Amino acid sequence: MRYIPNAEADRDSMLKAIGVERLEDLANILPESLRLKKELVLPPPLSEMELVHYLGSLSEEGSGQKTISFLGAGAYDHYLPAVVDHVLRRSEFYTAYTPYQPEISQGTLQAIFEFQTLICQLTGMDVANASVYDGASAVAEAVLMAHRLKGKKKSFFSRAVHPESRMVTRTYTHPLGLELGEISYTSAGGTDLEALRQAVDEETSAVVIQQPNFFGCLEDLEQAAKIAQDKGALLIAAVAEPLSLALLQPPGILGADIVVGEGQAFGNALSFGGPYVGFFACKEAFLRSMPGRLVGQTIDRQGRRGFVLAVATREQHIRREKATSNICTNQALCALAALVYLATLGKQGLRELAEINLSKGEYAKKRLAEHGRLRFSAPTFNEFVLTFDADPPSVLQSLLREGIMAGLPLKRFYPEMEREVLVCVTEKHSKGDIDRFAAALGNIIRRK
Amino acid sequence: MKEEWPGACGLVMNEPLLFERGARGRKGYSLPALDVEKVRPEKIWPRKWIRQELEGFPEMSEVEIIRHFTHLSQWNYGVDAGFYPLGSCTMKYNPKVNEDLARLPGLAGAHPYQPEEISQGALKLMYDLERFLGEISGMDRVTLQPSAGAQGELAGMLMIRAYLADRGDPRKKVLVPDTAHGTNPASSSLCGYQVVQVKSNERGVLSPQAVEEKMEADVAALMVTNPNTLGLFEENICQVAEIVHRKGGQVYCDGANLNALMGLTLVGDMGVDVLHFNLHKTFSTPHGGGGPGAGPVGVKAHLAHYLPVPVIIQKGEQFHLDYDRPKSIGKVRSFYGNFGVLVRAYAYILTLGAEGLKKASLVALLNANYIRAKLKDHYHLPYDSPCMHECVFSDRLQSKYGVTALDIAKRLMDYGFHPPTIYFPLVVHGALMIEPTESEPKEALDQFIGAMVRIAREAETEPGLLRDAPHKTKVSRLDEVLANRKPVLRWRP
Repeated sequence: MRYIPNAEADRDSMLKAIGVERLEDLANILPESLRLKKELVLPPPLSEMELVHYLGSLSEEGSGQKTISFLGAGAYDHYLPAVVDHVLRRSEFYTAYTPYQPEISQGTLQAIFEFQTLICQLTGMDVANASVYDGASAVAEAVLMAHRLKGKKKSFFSRAVHPESRMVTRTYTHPLGLELGEISYTSAGGTDLEALRQAVDEETSAVVIQQPNFFGCLEDLEQAAKIAQDKGALLIAAVAEPLSLALLQPPGILGADIVVGEGQAFGNALSFGGPYVGFFACKEAFLRSMPGRLVGQTIDRQGRRGFVLAVATREQHIRREKATSNICTNQALCALAALVYLATLGKQGLRELAEINLSKGEYAKKRLAEHGRLRFSAPTFNEFVLTFDADPPSVLQSLLREGIMAGLPLKRFYPEMEREVLVCVTEKHSKGDIDRFAAALGNIIRRK
Repeated sequence: MKEEWPGACGLVMNEPLLFERGARGRKGYSLPALDVEKVRPEKIWPRKWIRQELEGFPEMSEVEIIRHFTHLSQWNYGVDAGFYPLGSCTMKYNPKVNEDLARLPGLAGAHPYQPEEISQGALKLMYDLERFLGEISGMDRVTLQPSAGAQGELAGMLMIRAYLADRGDPRKKVLVPDTAHGTNPASSSLCGYQVVQVKSNERGVLSPQAVEEKMEADVAALMVTNPNTLGLFEENICQVAEIVHRKGGQVYCDGANLNALMGLTLVGDMGVDVLHFNLHKTFSTPHGGGGPGAGPVGVKAHLAHYLPVPVIIQKGEQFHLDYDRPKSIGKVRSFYGNFGVLVRAYAYILTLGAEGLKKASLVALLNANYIRAKLKDHYHLPYDSPCMHECVFSDRLQSKYGVTALDIAKRLMDYGFHPPTIYFPLVVHGALMIEPTESEPKEALDQFIGAMVRIAREAETEPGLLRDAPHKTKVSRLDEVLANRKPVLRWRP
C-alpha cells in the first residue's frame, strides 16, 4: 500500500518495542464483543491506473461538457485563469491545517489577511472573517448574529433572496425559536419595499436583501437599509454573484450593516455545488459577535510584522457552548483561490470583466426577448428571468437535445412562476453562443 | 544542532502584502475582446448605485502574483514538508492522484442545477460513497451534505431533535464529556440545548455511573467521541448507550477519530444513533490550510426520515435527487455538499479497499503506541493505558524548569517538525497531543522521538533555548496579546 510507508520489517521492530506480537493484535485494545469478525464489504482495491480510468468514466457519464450552459442561480461559470490552480496546487498550502502555530503558518495567515482586506474593499465593510462554508450558511450566520446583537425574535427575508439561503437559514434558526417572515417582490422584480415598511417593527432584528437578487434584478439597498434601521433593525445584504460588486456601489456605503455572500464566482470551479466559499463582513462595532476565524496583524519578538489567529475568545475551542458559532474547519483553500483570482484580475481587470458580463447579459436579453418575454423590468447584471410562451420543461428538453442548457426553471422554488426560467450569461458565452440559443429557442417555440 | 534532524536553515524570502506590491497599470489578466455592443452601467443603472473604482485593489503582473504566492507558500509547513502530528486532526498524506481526479472536467465543471440525466456520474459517485461510509461505520443511512465536522454535528443533533419532537418528547439538555471537542457543546447550544458536562473517570473514559447520574428525563442526547480525545477507546460505550436509550435519549458519536477504527469495529454496533465523519481526517482529503473539509453524517434507520434534503435515490439504472421528504430537517448548506472533497474521499476508499483501510487503522495504532512507548520515560503520561491512534502527554516534568507545552511545541519547529496539538484536551494540564497517523515511515517517527527526548534534556539544561524558540522560522514568537488588544484585521493604505 503506497500510502502506508512502513513495511513488514519496520512494523516487526516497532511491535517488538511496544511488546505486541502481531499487528492484528493491536485491535485487542477494543473490547472483545465489539471486535469486527468479518471483512468490510467494499470493492476490491484499484491501482492508480484503474482508478483514473474509472473516475474518468464517471466524469464522462452524462457529463454536461458538450453543452453550452446558461445556468447560474448561485453557481457561476467564469473562466479560471491558469495561475489560480497553479497556486492552489502548491502543497505547502493545501496540506497544511488551520494555522494554530503561526510561526510556521505565515503563508496561510498572510493570505487570509489579504482575503479579509479584499472582501472589506469589495463590500465597503470594516472587518471580514477568514471565510464560512458557503453563501447560504453565511446568510444563516448573519441572521443569528443579528439576533445576538439585537435580541429580537423576528427577521425578514425578501422572497428574492436565493431560496437555498432561505432554506438553510430556516434550518439554523428554527431550534432557537426565531421567526422568519417573507416579503414578496414587485412586478418590476425588486423586493416590495412598501410591504417591507409595513412588516418591519420594533421586534425585528434584521432584514435580508440579496443584491443582485435571485432574479438577477438590482435592489434599492439604500431604501431597504433606511426601512430596517428606522425600526432599529440591521440590514443584511447577501451577494450571490460577487463579480457584480466590481460595478456596484459597495453595500456598506449604501447602509448595509452586515454583508455576506458566496465567493464561488471568484476562482472556484462549479464542482457540482461545492466546495465554495462563504464570505462574512460587517461593521467594526460587531467584531466580538462575529462567527468564524479572524486573522490579525501583530509583531514578533524582533518587531517584525507577522500574522496570527486573533480575537479567538468568540470561538468554540475556547468558549465552547457560549461561542458565537460552532464553525471550526472553514474554506481557507477556496478563499485562497478567490484571493489569487482577485489579484490576477486586479483593479482594472475585475471591472472590465464585470462590464463584459453586463454587456453580454444585455445582448442576450435583447435576443431572447424576441422569442419570449422578459419577466421583470428592473435593471440586471448578468442574470435575468425569461417567460416562455410554451411549457418550459418541454422547451428546456428540446433545447438540451440541441446542446443548450437554457437555465433554471423557477417553478421549483416559486410555484407562481410556471413559465419562468432564470438565465445567466458570462464572459464564457460568445455572441455566437447567445445567437445559437436565441435561434434554437425561436425554432422550438414556432414548432410548439 | 547536528544535521540528523529535518530542520535546517536556508534562505527565506521576504514578501510584502499584495497591496504593497505592483504598480499602476500592471495587469495579470487577459480578456477576450467584446463581441457584442458594449454597455456601460451608467446607461442602464441609477447613477448612485454605481461604484467609481475598486479602491485599494492590487495591480500586478502574472509573474509578480506567482512570486508573491510562492513566497507565502514557502513560509508554510504542510504534510508534504514533513511530520505533522497535530493530535485529533489526522494529518495523513493527501494522495496526489486524488487532486487530479477532483479536477476532471465532468466533475469539476458540473453545475449543481444541471439536469439529472447529465449528472449521473456525479450522482452515482455520491450514492456509492454514502454506501461505503455506511459499510465502514455500521450506520444505516448517510448524508454527504454537511460541509465540515461541526456542520455534521449540527445536522446530526437537529435530526435527534426532530425525532424526539415527533415522539412528543422534546428535551432540553445534552450531555457532553469533559474531554469533548469545543464544537460539541457549541453545536448543541446552536440547536437550542443546554449543555451538561460529564466528567471522565480516572482512566480517562466515561463511566456508566457518571452518565447514569446526569441522564435525567430532560436529556435529549449524549455526545461522545470514540476513541476520545485522550486517544482512549471508550470501553464502556455499550453500557453507556444502553443507559441513555433506557432513559429515552439518543447517542451521538463524534467520528473525528474514526481513523483508529476502520475494519476493526463498527460504530453502529456500539449503540450509537448518529455519527459524523470527517473526510479531511479519516479519508485523506487535504486540510487546505483550514478547509474545505466535509462532514457526512450516518444515522440508524429510525432517523432516516429526518436526513437533510435532497436524498440521492436510485430508480432502475438512474439516480435522482429526492426533495419530497416531509420530515427532513431541511438543508444545512446550499446544493449537495462539498462535492470536490467527496470525490477525493471516494478515490481514497477505492484505492485502499477493505484490507487497506484496516491496515491504515492498525498502522495508525502502531505508530501512536510506538511513540507512546518511546517517550513515556521522558514526558509525563497522565493516563497509562494503551492508546489508539494518538497519545497525550503533559508538560508536568518540564514545568519544574519553567518550561511549558507551548515552549516544547515551538522548539520542535527548530528540529523541523510541526508541533502536536497543545493544551487540549482540557482535562490534561499542559497537554501535548500527538497523532502520527499511518503515513509516516519509521525513520520519521524515530527522528521525532529523538527530537522530543533532546528537548526534554534541553528543558533541564537550557530552558531559555525553549522559551525563546522557535529560532529558525520566518518570524519568531508572535505577540498574540497585541493582536487581540488592538486588532488589525485588514490592510489600510
